[in-house]
Amino acid sequence: MLIRKPADLRYSDVTPKNVYVNRRRFLAAGSAIVGAWALPTPAGATMKLNNVVKSTYKVDEKITPKEDITSYNNYYEFGTGKDEPSRYANTLRPSPWQVQVGGMVDKPKTYDLDSVMKIAPLEERIYRHRCVEAWSIVVPWIGFPLAALLKDVEPNSKAKYVAFQTLYDPKQMPLGNRAGIELPYVEGLRLDEAMHPLALLSVGLYGETLPNQNGAPIRLVVPWKYGFKSIKSIVKITLTDKQPPTTWNITNAREYGFYSNVNPTVDHPRWSQASERRLGELFKKKTMMFNGYPEVAGLYSGMDLRKNY
Amino acid sequence: MKKILFSPWTKRGLFAVCLIPALLLVWRGFMGNLSANPIEFIEHKTGDWALRFLLITLAVTPLRKIFEQPLLTRFRRMLGLFAFFYVCAHLLMYLIFDQMFSPSGIYADVLKRPYITVGTAGFLMLVPLAVTSTAAMVRRLGPKRWQLLHRLVYFCALAGVIHYYWLVKSDVREPLMYGGILTLLMLFRVRMWLQKGTKSKPQPAGVSV
Repeated sequence: MLIRKPADLRYSDVTPKNVYVNRRRFLAAGSAIVGAWALPTPAGATMKLNNVVKSTYKVDEKITPKEDITSYNNYYEFGTGKDEPSRYANTLRPSPWQVQVGGMVDKPKTYDLDSVMKIAPLEERIYRHRCVEAWSIVVPWIGFPLAALLKDVEPNSKAKYVAFQTLYDPKQMPLGNRAGIELPYVEGLRLDEAMHPLALLSVGLYGETLPNQNGAPIRLVVPWKYGFKSIKSIVKITLTDKQPPTTWNITNAREYGFYSNVNPTVDHPRWSQASERRLGELFKKKTMMFNGYPEVAGLYSGMDLRKNY
Repeated sequence: MKKILFSPWTKRGLFAVCLIPALLLVWRGFMGNLSANPIEFIEHKTGDWALRFLLITLAVTPLRKIFEQPLLTRFRRMLGLFAFFYVCAHLLMYLIFDQMFSPSGIYADVLKRPYITVGTAGFLMLVPLAVTSTAAMVRRLGPKRWQLLHRLVYFCALAGVIHYYWLVKSDVREPLMYGGILTLLMLFRVRMWLQKGTKSKPQPAGVSV
């Protein structure tokens, strides 16, 4: 077994973005009157992540501009409009943060961000991300395999599923009461899905920590499933023996199943899933089975994906 | 007041105002300010304005009665045609960018997607109304038949509200708001019809222009 030395990186070590951006701006400005101190500190400032290894998990497609990835979001706790999370998620406090991992495990743990960062080396992975609403993006995520965290807590033999929960704090998320979905947001995977090397816990994108609207400080990324499975701002992970409830399935079971694998041959009851609009492109393109990640097909052999949508 | 309503400049001014949403979209396009998903953005905005103009058109009669300003009818046709204009833009976006004019894709969508079925029905009902909106057509049909035909607009607006309601995933506040406004406008008509009984004479739109 390959044992890698955890990165010597503490979350608290990363340089705040406004510091290095302002430094650059300051240098560029030369004798300009507007100095760094005059610039307001953005509430949801992201920070540069160091010691990130480029992973071989990358798609050879044009990466979606950061501007698009961070301004077009579904994060209903901060409003149901696509542009609302980027405007309103600055009330989220991603630090300090704790992720409670428990349930059917031998070593339940509560991680703070520094200890999360030590679970495994951070890698950059360029994944396709396909929303159930038939739009898609290509994102340079930074994170580590979910499997690494699960191995760290040692699931016991009864554990069959992994349940995830997003923070719900009405003070930080005042728009949550008009989300139209039950909060806190919950999601789940089968344990073998969660252990698949593609399943990622992400702490950043585009070389920096996650912007709040993208699910700071830590989120799931399951690239072969519709985007809503990739739960944001995780506070709790529970191993269980029963299939956990999931938010969109609770909201509308006929339209959103537990599996929600990207599948061009199984339409959403209200719209086609055969094609998608890649942000930045005018015309739609064909959607690929499992979003172009055929290596996960083995997880579902023998299953009727029409029934298990 | 009467003078203002009669002035051709009022009508021209209103025409310009009704064009603002379209011009704003063009402007945003030039500024590269149409969000990360420009096609969807334009589809949603033109859809919003189509529905709004339908409701504004339907508000003319109640406003005319409440404020006793029969001249308001002068603007109804133009408002209705603007609804048609925004619906056409909305539909064209869908046909070009979502379907690339693929007949099979469109056919499947219309048959299989209830929100598209009802939206298409709304559009198809609006077409004869736009076609028969001229004064000449009012004369040709006769006011009674013309008015009967143009009652289709109630169903167009209803189709628009349902089309929107069936599209959203969970946050139904906006479609419900439009539904509420439509309900109010229809309740006003029901009251009007109940009060007048059968003695009402149809009042076609075009003739007072």
